[in-house]
Amino acid sequence: MAHDVILEARSLSIAFGGVRAVNEVSVSVPPGAVFSIIGPNGAGKTTLFNVISGVYAPLEGSVRLAGEDVTGLAPEHLARRGLSRTFQNLQLFSRMTALENVMVGRHRHESTGTLAELLHLPSVRRQNQRTREAALDVLARVGLEAEADRPAASLPYGALKRLEIARALASEPMVLLLDEPAAGCNPVETQGLRNLIRSIAESGVTVVLVEHDMRLVMNVSDRIHVLVGGRSLAEGTAQEIQSNPAVVEAYLGIDHSRESARAVG
Amino acid sequence: MAEFLQFFFSGLTVGAVYALVALGFTLIYNASEVINFAQGEFVMLGGMGTVFLALAGVPLPLAALVAVIIAVAVGVALHRLAIEPAGDAGVVNLIIITIGASIFLRGVAQVVFDKRFHSLPHLFGAEPLRIGGAAILPQSLVVLAGAAIIVFLLWLFIDRTLVGKAVIATAANRLAARLVGINTSRVVGLSFAVSAAIGALAGILITPLTLTSYDVGTLLALKGFAAAMLGGIGSPMGAVLGGLLLGMLEAFSAGYLSSSYKEAVAFLVILGVLLAMPNGLLGRAKVERV
Amino acid sequence: MIVRLAMRYRLAPVALVAAIVILLPLLFPSAYYYRVGALVFIFAFAAVGLNLLMGFAGQVSLGHAGFLGVGAYAVAIGPAYLGIPSWFGIVAGAVLSALIAFVVGRPILRLKGHYLAVATLGFGVLIAIVLSNEAGWTGGPDGMSVSRLVLFGWRVSGADTWYWVAAVTLLTGMVLAYNLIGSPTGRALRAIHDSEVAARVLGVEIARKKLTIFVISAVYASVAGSYLALFNGHITPDVAGFLRSVELVAMVVLGGMGSIAGSVVGAAVLVVLPQTFTALHDYEHLALGLVIMAFMIFLRQGIVPAMVQWRTT
Repeated sequence: MAHDVILEARSLSIAFGGVRAVNEVSVSVPPGAVFSIIGPNGAGKTTLFNVISGVYAPLEGSVRLAGEDVTGLAPEHLARRGLSRTFQNLQLFSRMTALENVMVGRHRHESTGTLAELLHLPSVRRQNQRTREAALDVLARVGLEAEADRPAASLPYGALKRLEIARALASEPMVLLLDEPAAGCNPVETQGLRNLIRSIAESGVTVVLVEHDMRLVMNVSDRIHVLVGGRSLAEGTAQEIQSNPAVVEAYLGIDHSRESARAVG
Repeated sequence: MAEFLQFFFSGLTVGAVYALVALGFTLIYNASEVINFAQGEFVMLGGMGTVFLALAGVPLPLAALVAVIIAVAVGVALHRLAIEPAGDAGVVNLIIITIGASIFLRGVAQVVFDKRFHSLPHLFGAEPLRIGGAAILPQSLVVLAGAAIIVFLLWLFIDRTLVGKAVIATAANRLAARLVGINTSRVVGLSFAVSAAIGALAGILITPLTLTSYDVGTLLALKGFAAAMLGGIGSPMGAVLGGLLLGMLEAFSAGYLSSSYKEAVAFLVILGVLLAMPNGLLGRAKVERV
Repeated sequence: MIVRLAMRYRLAPVALVAAIVILLPLLFPSAYYYRVGALVFIFAFAAVGLNLLMGFAGQVSLGHAGFLGVGAYAVAIGPAYLGIPSWFGIVAGAVLSALIAFVVGRPILRLKGHYLAVATLGFGVLIAIVLSNEAGWTGGPDGMSVSRLVLFGWRVSGADTWYWVAAVTLLTGMVLAYNLIGSPTGRALRAIHDSEVAARVLGVEIARKKLTIFVISAVYASVAGSYLALFNGHITPDVAGFLRSVELVAMVVLGGMGSIAGSVVGAAVLVVLPQTFTALHDYEHLALGLVIMAFMIFLRQGIVPAMVQWRTT
């Protein structure tokens, strides 16, 4: 079944200690698109991600995934319906190897009984083998196949960012939420990231991106949604956003020197 | 009614001691996130120290003072020699270290003191007062008054002094506290010292009523920990509330249900409360930041 | 060499322990040593199970001796009052422990950190209280005697027999543990330990996984409890007490959280040390406390992981 909207948030709100971090925000993400959410620091972008991915329950509003109401569902159930994500401040399994991290990403596609696992039956061996191969494929896709057996904790920062994407990709999501994947990456890594995001979208996975690197956002996005102070300010294509006076002013009003320059530039 | 009052007072008295032990847990936890299972040993040191100093001919008030000083010295040594060198070892490691410390202190106590039960004279005699048909020992009132004074002084110290502010700051955010120039290691050391003093005082106050021996600490640590968690770890008011509640629960279930199941009832209630309120009665929920 | 082998082959540590088990009796001057050995293996078995819960899934239990108690009293009460054979008592105890763990674990495992610690502690204390108060069944604080284990007409008695029975059981338990760690569930558990939220967004049903491992570790403890009771021929409620729970946790941490072989080493240290220290008479506790503190301060990641690190660097 095809939908013209794969992920939809309707007037979502959430409050912490009386402060509305996200206030009546609505977004509609078309399938296969790269949909970016931008805004100054504290605009509520990550919080919106946390609500959509089920980490926080919304105060008001609803979330629909592929036409079904999934409001308030736990992250693990959303994951089983095809929504996965990465984290702004990395949440890797640091005591496991890079490969094992990605293998955990395959979890929802694995089917072995506990008893079979305790006895290490052939079915478990075959499952492990399949999971391992699939995980290696995904690692290769993000260019980390050489680091497969290294402990995650020993990888450089840029590699960890890609490892998190690989891990989420391994779960074969319909929708992938990426929370600031370019933060802390150098220009070369960012360029690689752009290509990766595009290729993910081209493979049919919808990408929702929260990102501060405006060049990357403008380059990669099909649509851009602007949040300011927890509220929606504007939405449109890269060109529309860049020429939207309200957006420019919002950035100018908050940070004169950097973000505004990047937002317009 | 007389029966109810009787249980109420005995629950309150025991609860006051649990509250003081729980307060010790809370102080150290707030400063360092360490759960100090040797907390009960401070209570033992206070009681046993006073008993043996008095036996050696030291006048009682002086004996009590010296016992508290000994407990404080042990508390500071525990921090310096065992907690600080362990550095950023995991939570469970630190718990095991403090349990090791409590086994060690018990071992020392059985060598330095002995394995018998001891008591101390009641401060105002052992003639019970009649209140509403219930018989209350004056020492019970001493325990309650003592506990109230300790809690009040502690509140004054934390709320009104600069050192107290440093303690609050360290509890709120250790890194930030360090950045504004607070010597957090000294704050943690101080929390061990104060917790030891509170524990020792509790031990001295309660010994005339419940006796003491080298191994009273284990059970008290268990109860104090449970009380602190019941109230919500990190909250001093929660610790006091949790302690008093635990004492009451035990006294009433011993009185009305069965004395052999009083601890079972107490723990059942704690389990029930935690399942309904996963952060204890007064503890604050943490918002997970990802 | 050994470390490199252990890294290459999943079950190499089991082979190593098996070799030690076989060679050790050559050095035993008396039957007493078989006794100590059997105790080490029994406690190691419980510690391996607890390590699955603590070291791999990252969930603390300060009440696991409660399951030791269930297993121990199942082989004591079953044959004495219900007329079931001892071996069936082991099975019944394990099933009962699994059931209790399943029912209790559901709500308790939602708690985190110190709250989980106090909830499990309370649960263990509850079992110990029931065992010492239901004197009609359990003999109260004085405990009760346990009839010998008979397997297919073979009377299992004597320290040397138990040495071998406990050893085989431990080795089996280790193999099962290694199997589980290398399985999808094992990976999911280790993931939960490092980041619950990341595991959840990948579809790991953390509540179910935690419950599964809690039940499994309870069965390990229960079987160890049954063995302990059958081996000693007498049992008291102390087996389920708080100090026993702490001892099990200490074995896991001392040997190394997340190291199966470590749990065996941890159990060996904490069973053998007190036996040696009895020569110190009154100084026994003092010495034991000091040693535990010293290990935790200087080998904070545990004995076996520290050894592995030392060998590989």
